[in-house]
Amino acid sequence: MAFYRSHVLVSVDPECVKRGAHQIIDALNDELVAQGLIDEIQVLETSRIGDPVLFGPDMIVYPEGVHYACLSPDDIPYLVEEHFLKGRIVEKFRAQEKKVVDEELGAPKAKEVRVVLRNCGVIDPNNIEDYIAEDGYMALAKVLSEMTPEQVIDEVTRSGLRGRGGAGFLTGRKWQFCRNSQADMKYVVCNADEGDPGAFMNRRVLESDPHSVIEGMIIAAYAIGARQGYIYCRAEYPLAVKTLNIAIKQAREFGFLGENILGTGFSFDLEVRQGAGAFVCGEETALMASIEGRRGEPRPRPPFPAVSGLWGKPTNINNVETYANVPQIILRGADWFASMGTEKSKGTKTFALAGDVKHTGLIEVPLGITLREIVYDVGGGIKDDKGFKAIQTGGPMGGCLPAEFLDLPVDYESLTQAGSIMGSGGMVVMDEETCMVDIARFFMEFTQEESCGKCTPCRIGTRRLLEILTRICEGKGEDGDIERLEELCEQIRTASLCGLGQGAPNPVASTLKYFRHEYEAHIYEKRCPAKVCRALIAYEIVPEACTGCTVCARNCPVNAITGERRQPHKIDPDICVRCGICMQVCNFNAIVVN
Amino acid sequence: MLRTVTVPENDPVAIEEKRAIIDQILEQNKHLPGGLMVILNEVQSQIGFISEPMQQYIANKLHVPVSTVHGVVSFYSFFTTTPRGKHTIKFCMGTACYVGGTPQLIEKAKQILGIDPGETTPDGQITLELCRCVGACSQAPVIVVDEEIQGRVRPNKFPQLLRLIQDEQKEA
Repeated sequence: MAFYRSHVLVSVDPECVKRGAHQIIDALNDELVAQGLIDEIQVLETSRIGDPVLFGPDMIVYPEGVHYACLSPDDIPYLVEEHFLKGRIVEKFRAQEKKVVDEELGAPKAKEVRVVLRNCGVIDPNNIEDYIAEDGYMALAKVLSEMTPEQVIDEVTRSGLRGRGGAGFLTGRKWQFCRNSQADMKYVVCNADEGDPGAFMNRRVLESDPHSVIEGMIIAAYAIGARQGYIYCRAEYPLAVKTLNIAIKQAREFGFLGENILGTGFSFDLEVRQGAGAFVCGEETALMASIEGRRGEPRPRPPFPAVSGLWGKPTNINNVETYANVPQIILRGADWFASMGTEKSKGTKTFALAGDVKHTGLIEVPLGITLREIVYDVGGGIKDDKGFKAIQTGGPMGGCLPAEFLDLPVDYESLTQAGSIMGSGGMVVMDEETCMVDIARFFMEFTQEESCGKCTPCRIGTRRLLEILTRICEGKGEDGDIERLEELCEQIRTASLCGLGQGAPNPVASTLKYFRHEYEAHIYEKRCPAKVCRALIAYEIVPEACTGCTVCARNCPVNAITGERRQPHKIDPDICVRCGICMQVCNFNAIVVN
Repeated sequence: MLRTVTVPENDPVAIEEKRAIIDQILEQNKHLPGGLMVILNEVQSQIGFISEPMQQYIANKLHVPVSTVHGVVSFYSFFTTTPRGKHTIKFCMGTACYVGGTPQLIEKAKQILGIDPGETTPDGQITLELCRCVGACSQAPVIVVDEEIQGRVRPNKFPQLLRLIQDEQKEA
């Protein structure tokens, strides 16, 4: 085989061809012959490189990976001489990549390891060939041609992969249970009902790398012996649904889905089902009810889905991230996966870092990393260099952890022990201006509204919790409220039917445990230390700082601010609704909270 | 069969072209396992709401009790039984947005439009809604105008935003 020191890939996308890609190839070959380089440099045709409308005709030169764009045949002699003869990159022909700032997913930061997110933003999610070029469907081919279902399950079990939806059950064991169940029909379900506020890891994977999830599901189907699969995606993610449908269609065309996959006799097909805005449908039994077209209410377990799931048949349910890990485990081996993480929590985990950190967005880190590393090294520290107050992990079923826990390793057991949970991966960092009672009330408002109402402890318990918390925030807290909250938390946790109810008290219980003094300040001193709870604060204008610009008065929704132009203004505390807009719009920091 | 629901004249079931849309959705999905959710999702997105006569109509066609259909419609927050305004503005109530200032945005919208979230302006143009985290937390606070997500919205930008919606209406 001939050895070339350099390869030139010219895009022959239809748009590029229209703009003369073939003339470019001819000119390149002519010039390479003329310079005597034709044995050293190979010219190849390739599919689109950049956006052909912006860059065509364009080409990419390896090994440097330089992208030359908007070329004409006249440019070629100069380019060949400079680049291939003299070894200098010709800057003026280089594609001027638009500086697209990806707000969700930046370049990997120190301490990040991208496994699940590796293709996000790198490949075109609507083109299956892009995925295949990144070793896509290689794991499927390996599984179908070289491995028995038992070997697949064994590999996944040995890798130590645990459910990334939050509960952290060993994935391989779950598959084994489902495989052991005897039935004429089995299902594989992907839980893409990512409802936790503040969590959007799965959305990003579905929108940017849908095939990794599909491939993981096909492998799972092979391992447990399923013929039909469903991806249950929430209605709030229309783009994810659209991307998935395109991906499934392409996978069918390429023979990865449908009858007789890759000619091996194994058949499996997939369908996307859309939710309709019910948080509880992220609970697996509720999710199955919803796929069946019913009200999404959970039911008691056992029987577990692995025994009796969709339409009473054995069903394997994993979440998006779990499936997306599977192809990598098969390709790189269980030992590689198990080399990351801690003893009991292997691999990496994606988190959506939000709140008061400098760099918000998606991150993927090896399990076992400390919260401090996430907040300060990956997240860049607290915004405006304020103090760290708490980190909320695990969404509305999780808890708030104070600064003492910054050195806690992030793994399933440690987080649970500290009173929070891993959850699906939402992480909200809060600075000192956040009121923990208000946060607890916020989460309780969420769970109370999303409680499906089937079981009493959750339906009524969450409402009672919310009522007490609201009262405390309104300055009407009474002696004994804290004890009442604690008692209720315990009862709801132990008596509720599903994970939603059992986890619902977590935000309250954890803030009570670590920020009890804030509750006490609200109840006994009628004071909100973080200056958030409206009933306990008052906005005032500092006359010395006020320039009388009238911005606050014009923006006040209730006209509580009066004053002449260029004269210090005043806020009428009886009219003021404490919305804080005046403080936001004031350009002179003349408004303070007391 | 006992029919207790009288169909008002302006109900989609009574309007031939709207009914044709519903019929087509039913025809395409009635044999699908668990098709009721799929059908309701489609009807909601194409007609905009699922009125009581529509629920009755769908139940009859699928040969299921109307209570089954109503049970599903009332369970999920995406299904509405009354028409929404021409435009909807949804306020994201995700954690990051809530901390980032959604309450102030709602306050401002209430002040301008005179309606609470969940209500529609008297002229039927704009509906305000609260919604669950849309997963755009890095741009908090976020509102969703019709289908489009707008990030980093400040209360004082709100009048401008409403003007844009209203201008669109004039053009259309």
